[in-house]
Amino acid sequence: MSGLGIWNYVIFIFLMMAGLYMVISSTNLVKKIIGLNVFQTSVFFMYISFGYIDGGAGPVLAEGVTLYSNPLPHVLILTAIVVGVATTAVGLALTIRIKESFGSIEEDDLHKMDPSI
Amino acid sequence: MLTHLPVLVVLAPLLAAPVAALMRGAFAPWVVATLVSWFSFVCSLLLLAQVSDQGVIVYSMGGWEAPWGIEYRIDFANALLLVLITGLASIVMPYARLSVRHEIGDERSPMFYAAMLLLVLGLCGMTATGDAFNIFVFLEISSLATYTLLAMGKDRRALTSSFSYLVMGTIGGTFYLIGVGFLYVMTGTLNIADLAERLPALSDSATVRTGFAFIVTGICLKLALFPLHLWLPNAYTFAPSAVTALLGATATKVAVYILVRMVFTVFGVEFSFVTIPLSDVLVPLAIVGLLSASSVSIMQPNVKRMLAYSSVAQISYIILGIGMGTAMGLTAALLHVFNHGVMKAALFMALGAVSYRMGGTDLKHMNGLARTMPLTFWAFVIGGLSLIGVPLTVGFVSKWHLILAAMELGWWPVVVVILVGSILAVIYIGRVVEAGFFKEPEDSTRREAPAGLLIPLWILVIANIWLGIDTRLTVDIAEAAAAQLMAGGVVR
Amino acid sequence: MNDHLILRVVGKFLIPYVMLFGLYVQFHGDFGPGGGFQAGVIFASGFVIYTLLFGLRSTQQIVSEGFLRVISASGVLIYAGVGVASMLMGGEFLNYNVLAANPIAGQHIGIMVIEFGVGLTVASTMTLLLMMFAERGLPS
Repeated sequence: MSGLGIWNYVIFIFLMMAGLYMVISSTNLVKKIIGLNVFQTSVFFMYISFGYIDGGAGPVLAEGVTLYSNPLPHVLILTAIVVGVATTAVGLALTIRIKESFGSIEEDDLHKMDPSI
Repeated sequence: MLTHLPVLVVLAPLLAAPVAALMRGAFAPWVVATLVSWFSFVCSLLLLAQVSDQGVIVYSMGGWEAPWGIEYRIDFANALLLVLITGLASIVMPYARLSVRHEIGDERSPMFYAAMLLLVLGLCGMTATGDAFNIFVFLEISSLATYTLLAMGKDRRALTSSFSYLVMGTIGGTFYLIGVGFLYVMTGTLNIADLAERLPALSDSATVRTGFAFIVTGICLKLALFPLHLWLPNAYTFAPSAVTALLGATATKVAVYILVRMVFTVFGVEFSFVTIPLSDVLVPLAIVGLLSASSVSIMQPNVKRMLAYSSVAQISYIILGIGMGTAMGLTAALLHVFNHGVMKAALFMALGAVSYRMGGTDLKHMNGLARTMPLTFWAFVIGGLSLIGVPLTVGFVSKWHLILAAMELGWWPVVVVILVGSILAVIYIGRVVEAGFFKEPEDSTRREAPAGLLIPLWILVIANIWLGIDTRLTVDIAEAAAAQLMAGGVVR
Repeated sequence: MNDHLILRVVGKFLIPYVMLFGLYVQFHGDFGPGGGFQAGVIFASGFVIYTLLFGLRSTQQIVSEGFLRVISASGVLIYAGVGVASMLMGGEFLNYNVLAANPIAGQHIGIMVIEFGVGLTVASTMTLLLMMFAERGLPS
């Protein structure tokens, strides 16, 4: 891990905060989904950098190699990416239907139409 | 075949969901969904019997022993939750046929039943698995199914409520994922039993503490603890009736179970309540949530929304029990998880029947129901009495244990708060009862709900009374589960 | 997109190789990096390029929505079916060891079939997602 220093965590925290800020501050539903994606991606980076080992080879058995990177975080994040894709798809589908039935995807407009939203 | 029970509970809905999605019409997918939930229910009951005979059951997926592979580990707490989830699913699915035809239509029915099965799959998987990352995967499966189910509501606000739940739920799930990542980087394992063994040595580590904070916050978003409950009222109000009944009764409860599993098993009582003062966070939030949500629900013009706020209040009771950090408090919390599931499902199903005949669930639709729809209305009244905590109903059993647990600690103000919460429940249920008995029906020609809705509803109402009188089953299991959880670490 | 001649020609040339690469990632996943998820997405990207260049209607003539639904559901069933098969043959759920006479052959068979199911589902779902979203924008 020393090859990365703490830079991976700095990037992780920056992306995480940027993503969360986008989710909270933007009023456009599509921008909220983009923010969610940035937020989730920060976690993927964190996991993948956990698995990195200085000088470690790719985790496929080969002759003469003794040090391998940890493949488990990659597997976990593969699953998490699929989950993220599915969430994005559902979110965008909902946005399209909101646009169709309300005529807007701006939270302010929606709130004006119905205060309970 | 009996050795495969832990995986069969989860596998049956997994196999049935794609089959249901490919079918046409409303009848065939309904039959599949109903039969499969009954099958899972039988499996869960057998599992519960096995657990009380043999103790903890361990099932290694793919034959890979833990901690290398994923294991399913069933003790009393899981088994109780599995019985609750699959039991309610097997009552809600028969009920769904008429309700769904009325609210969703035949064309989208196959997708509806497929999503319901995926929801059951996700909830059962979260409960059965003994792997921290696997919990995240099943959490997201159940959440994705929930988002689509919520969006199927007739009201267009169902879409926006589903969207805001999607945003909140994803943040909650990702927080959980971050927390698990922190634990993994410190311990090198994801297996819950293994984590429990390795974490006590690391209790000073800031990473582990941060991980704890992320996990608890993420799960509290999912279980709608005050003040993270804002997604819940709209979501429950605008969802189709059958969905609200199943979700309101099980989804938040499974999140509570995950919290219990994390706090008591993974981190251990010592770490959660001594090293980190979890009580100081959970108990005040629970008290404020209990009082505020109950008060807000008094003012709701829509009865479904009122019950949604009441769900937030009831979750607060459960969190109060967990926050006590004692065996008795945990027993009360687990009891209330089960009992609240049973009563809330009955109440939401009664409301679904009202909406089937009257076309809505506003307070004005409840006028004179005691005359036009007596069976539905009496079911609602009994469910309401249970929610208040009147003796001889399930609600009484769990509130009684909660009060006992508070008295054991000498927390007298908390006892008062619990009683005040019950009085607030009397008021909000009382408004509906008053409308039903004493107001004139707007249209006295309305008839009783059809038998297809009434029979499942009354099965659940009878369960409310039965489990309120014969408390041996639930109390014994909850006590055994609490004892196992308090013993902490690993029960082999 | 009818006037973008270069894009169409290059696209037509590329799509077979994209799909071939998808199949390579799918079936080489046993010995190197790869597997159903990645392969499914790469394979589906062939359809994505085709749809972008030639329009949704031409893609619908190749694969219909109903067909894709059946494929994506059957991928899940293949996955779960392997698990059921291993249970019926006396192992745990998804225990590939029991699928063949010796454990190593069993592991090979198991993971290939599982990843094939995953690949089918991912490829068809990605294509389906594109088609469903694209359809919303078209005048009906």
